[in-house]
Amino acid sequence: MSILVDERSRVVVSGITGREGTFHIRQMLEYGTVIAAGVTPGKGGQKVEGVPVFNTIREAVSNENVNVSCIFVPPPFAADAILEAASAGISIIVCITEGIPTLDMVKVMHFLIDKKCTLIGPNCPGIISPGKTKVGIMPGSIHKPGQIGVISRSGTLTYEIVYQLTKAGLGQSTCIGIGGDPIIGTSFVDHLKRFKEDPGTEGVVLIGEIGGSLEEEAAEYIRDGFDKPVIAFIAGQTAPQEKRMGHAGAIISGGMGKAEDKIRAFEGAGIKVAKDLGKLVVTVLETMGKVG
Amino acid sequence: MRLHEYQAKDLFKKFGIPVPDGKLAKSKDDAEAAIKILSGPPWVVKAQVHAGGRGKGGGVIFARSHEEAYNAVNSILSDPLVTKQTGKEGKKVYQVLIEQGVEIEKELYLAMIIDRASARPVMIFSRSGGMNIEEISEKSPELVLKEYIDSAVGWSHYHGRNLAYMVGSLPAPDTIKEIISVMANLYRLFTDLDCSLAEINPLGITKEGKVLAVDAKINIDDNALFRQKEMLELDDKREKDHLEIKAGKYNLNYIRMTGNIGVMVNGAGLAMATMDLIKIIGAEPANFLDVGGSASEEMIEKGLEIILEDKNVKAILINIFGGILRCDVLARGVLAAARKRDIKVPLIVRLEGTNVEEGRKILENSGLEFFVAGDMVEAAELVKKQVV
Repeated sequence: MSILVDERSRVVVSGITGREGTFHIRQMLEYGTVIAAGVTPGKGGQKVEGVPVFNTIREAVSNENVNVSCIFVPPPFAADAILEAASAGISIIVCITEGIPTLDMVKVMHFLIDKKCTLIGPNCPGIISPGKTKVGIMPGSIHKPGQIGVISRSGTLTYEIVYQLTKAGLGQSTCIGIGGDPIIGTSFVDHLKRFKEDPGTEGVVLIGEIGGSLEEEAAEYIRDGFDKPVIAFIAGQTAPQEKRMGHAGAIISGGMGKAEDKIRAFEGAGIKVAKDLGKLVVTVLETMGKVG
Repeated sequence: MRLHEYQAKDLFKKFGIPVPDGKLAKSKDDAEAAIKILSGPPWVVKAQVHAGGRGKGGGVIFARSHEEAYNAVNSILSDPLVTKQTGKEGKKVYQVLIEQGVEIEKELYLAMIIDRASARPVMIFSRSGGMNIEEISEKSPELVLKEYIDSAVGWSHYHGRNLAYMVGSLPAPDTIKEIISVMANLYRLFTDLDCSLAEINPLGITKEGKVLAVDAKINIDDNALFRQKEMLELDDKREKDHLEIKAGKYNLNYIRMTGNIGVMVNGAGLAMATMDLIKIIGAEPANFLDVGGSASEEMIEKGLEIILEDKNVKAILINIFGGILRCDVLARGVLAAARKRDIKVPLIVRLEGTNVEEGRKILENSGLEFFVAGDMVEAAELVKKQVV
């Protein structure tokens, strides 16, 4: 099993005619993702890799019955693309774009309060249910269907860890990149709740980093009643204060958001933290060796 | 992006937040002219530099006479300023702000940031200003008040009343009104200019009951600079490390650190994790360098060039996870970069992912001396052997 996306997902790609969009649409199609439509204003009627292009998401919804959107729109227009997808009734919005102004995301989050949709990202690699579908930019080949759920704020660090899991024979149910920005659509807790209900997920690897308090919230949630094994990894133990470490959200600010505090929160909640990236898989095998 | 205090105060004035009369001076002559215009003594001479702990480091001097003022300007401009944030060698100061001295009776704290958890701007207010907010939060958390602002409606004066009437021994009604107006203006400035931080600490109340922003701090959201062109012009490049500026030109994310292991990684999360690994084996990273999730050959080459300019570097660890970008392509990039320069420090390369065997072969058969690591553990061991 998997969460959020699977072989029934019908994807619409926003920004389909851009360089990024065109490259990744090919990768997704190769993986088997059902890309039913693309959207680029003014280019309706064209086709990209055989996929019909529409001017608006609303048209894509009524013509192609799409329910998942994947956004590759440049930062100045990306917030608008999220709002468009949400207002058109898309249920899962995956925003890959990095560099959206924080105040734009403040507005987006306010708009989404009463909408029945889930926003993944922005500034994320997307989401993949191995063997079923991938909506995003992660390399499909490193994944393997299985029973471990992965939630991460990072991109290549997630690929690294997924690859190690796959090599050790530990497959994944669904891997979600929630994004590296200060304001993102969904948190660790949001997806832990879904993994809890998913009979196909037997354990979770949670990959956090410095900045914000999503890890602390996750630790509290797990302690209070998440009944599947969890292994956590936190990047940024050597990060200096007040410096943005690549991701806009990865910053220790005013003494808040340190890796050591997050590790302490997890350990205090009885959650195993892998401190050495090289030995993460060993820790996973020790904790949930029979899984996968 | 950080602004200087004088730049922040200029913006405060534009947005109707009162600040003390002041002039910027870049030389002794400037200072003389400034002092003639400003009423005083006393004056306050403040180093304009991006470093916390300025006051304790001698970067803020209270001058009671002309002579004291000139001496203050002179000493700040001639010697590097050393604070807890600058390191021992200190930081060169290029300009000072000279302000008319004002007698402050009460110091408050006022700031606006984005609260990540609720995805809303939040105004933070405290009656015990002057010290930093972490200190206040630690010593007396009950004195730190917060108002969350609904982005659809924006600022409403009740937010201000909720904060200002909690000052304790209440100031005069006109003063309360002024405080609330400063709050409203700070919100307007924060949202109009895409700030990530706007802080007034202290917000002073004078003997006459007037409200003044005694200090000013503004950070602009880097992601919003494409629509804040005027703010971009305020960026003072002299405050940045020259290698960080160079990296920025090539779209590389570089942060200089104090260790001696140069690090180059694709992706920010993996870069942080790699630095952590170096720490675990008992060494210290010389830098953070993220060449991006889809690094090109040229970016790898430039990244290596930047790392090598840091004379502290005793070994370099390149850690690349090849996803969509294949390892063989990356290996060729590393090779091209290495051939162009005479690299005198050991180069440890760890490749993993798509086409990894081919990538490793390219490095091993290159005739150049690479240490090729099979996985992260091995990479760490190789670094350890070379340096620790």
